Amino acid sequence: MKLKNNIAVSESGFVFDAGTGESYSLNPVGADIIKLMNEGKSQEEILAFFLENYDVTQGIFESAYFDFISTLNQFNLVER
Amino acid sequence: MKKELCIAVTGLNNTDNPGPGIPVIRSLRESKEFNVRIIGLAYENLEPGIYMNNMVDKTYQIPYPSGGSDALLERIQYINSKENIDVLIPNFDAELYTFMKAEQRLLEMGIHTFLPTIHQFEERHKAVLPKFGEKYGINVPKSTNLTSVADIRKLKKEYQFPVLVKGKFYDAHIAYNEEQITSYYNKISSKWGLPIIIQEFVKGTEVNVVALGDGEGNTIGAVPMRKQFITDKGKAWGGITIKDDQMLDLTHKLIENTKWRGGMELEMIRTNEGKYYMIEINPRIPAWVYLAVGAGQNIPEALVKLAMNEKVEAMSTYSTGTMFVRYSYDMIGDISQFEKLSMTGELENIHIKA
Repeated sequence: MKLKNNIAVSESGFVFDAGTGESYSLNPVGADIIKLMNEGKSQEEILAFFLENYDVTQGIFESAYFDFISTLNQFNLVER
Repeated sequence: MKKELCIAVTGLNNTDNPGPGIPVIRSLRESKEFNVRIIGLAYENLEPGIYMNNMVDKTYQIPYPSGGSDALLERIQYINSKENIDVLIPNFDAELYTFMKAEQRLLEMGIHTFLPTIHQFEERHKAVLPKFGEKYGINVPKSTNLTSVADIRKLKKEYQFPVLVKGKFYDAHIAYNEEQITSYYNKISSKWGLPIIIQEFVKGTEVNVVALGDGEGNTIGAVPMRKQFITDKGKAWGGITIKDDQMLDLTHKLIENTKWRGGMELEMIRTNEGKYYMIEINPRIPAWVYLAVGAGQNIPEALVKLAMNEKVEAMSTYSTGTMFVRYSYDMIGDISQFEKLSMTGELENIHIKA
């Protein structure tokens, strides 16, 4: 899964969709997920990164991760 | 050395329903190719643009076109005898027809314009938009022209609520029932006359393009924008340039097929399914044109060059993510300025204390 070409993400976690003019703010967790997605990391690799760098269990992370992906889909920010 | 040009501009009503005059003047003052003397043509004495610093060099009152084109042209002739106008840019829908009709007479006075042809102007009227869409292969929401309140009852067979109720030139309201249609019908028709246009409400995001056609089918400039903040009059109070290739493609095709001459604003709705519906073509530069200048395309400057029969290269790039936000600001003036304009119909540029 990757972000659409039109989407720009800044270091601060600010997301700008140049196709619609909409903008969004990411928290540090969201910013990390997007950064890893943009690096082409798989879902498993993203999970491994979070389990290693954050104090979180697999179940809690996966639930938040799928929520986040669903939000990205809802806002039409990712390639389908 | 930069060329000196004298340019007359209408639409100085820089209010919460702004005319394009001041944004056009700002754009021209930033021209890299010419210096301008700006002549403001004002219908009302309290159009804020008259009193703004460093915008208009001299303002002249002009009579409303509804008072007859002869009176308007006589006044323009007088102003021209004092100012030697090179280019005139009308910015109101309601005055365009008069200036288009007078194109030759103005040219004989040495005043250049760059306006759509009467055919182009008539063809894209709100009242005949569905026919226009059919002719040029563009989706247009269904619409019906009303000339009598009695016809409102017949609408429920063809339309689902809400619907848009629009005036011939200005005003648009969303109506959720017949009573609201009747109320807007009366309100709009008393101001702008008939017909009143009932348009199917298409759900989606409104996206607009400011564009300039050279009259030979070429697009000289085009910048798409999405409104970020809309006033209760439906006007953009904030907006942002976007990358919308499909919309630009539609604009290029439209200009190519109609051989559009002059500035235009294309208003469209993009549905969630990515389908585009054209809701309006305004046959003039819109009030948000300065955003296009900020994004890299000085459309008013290019329009002046076209009017002066100069060769203009098409502008094909612009920055996305360029924003504008309007603001209101109290200027302090003196009654003597108002008096001078009211009594003599003329006012030299004044510098106002902030």
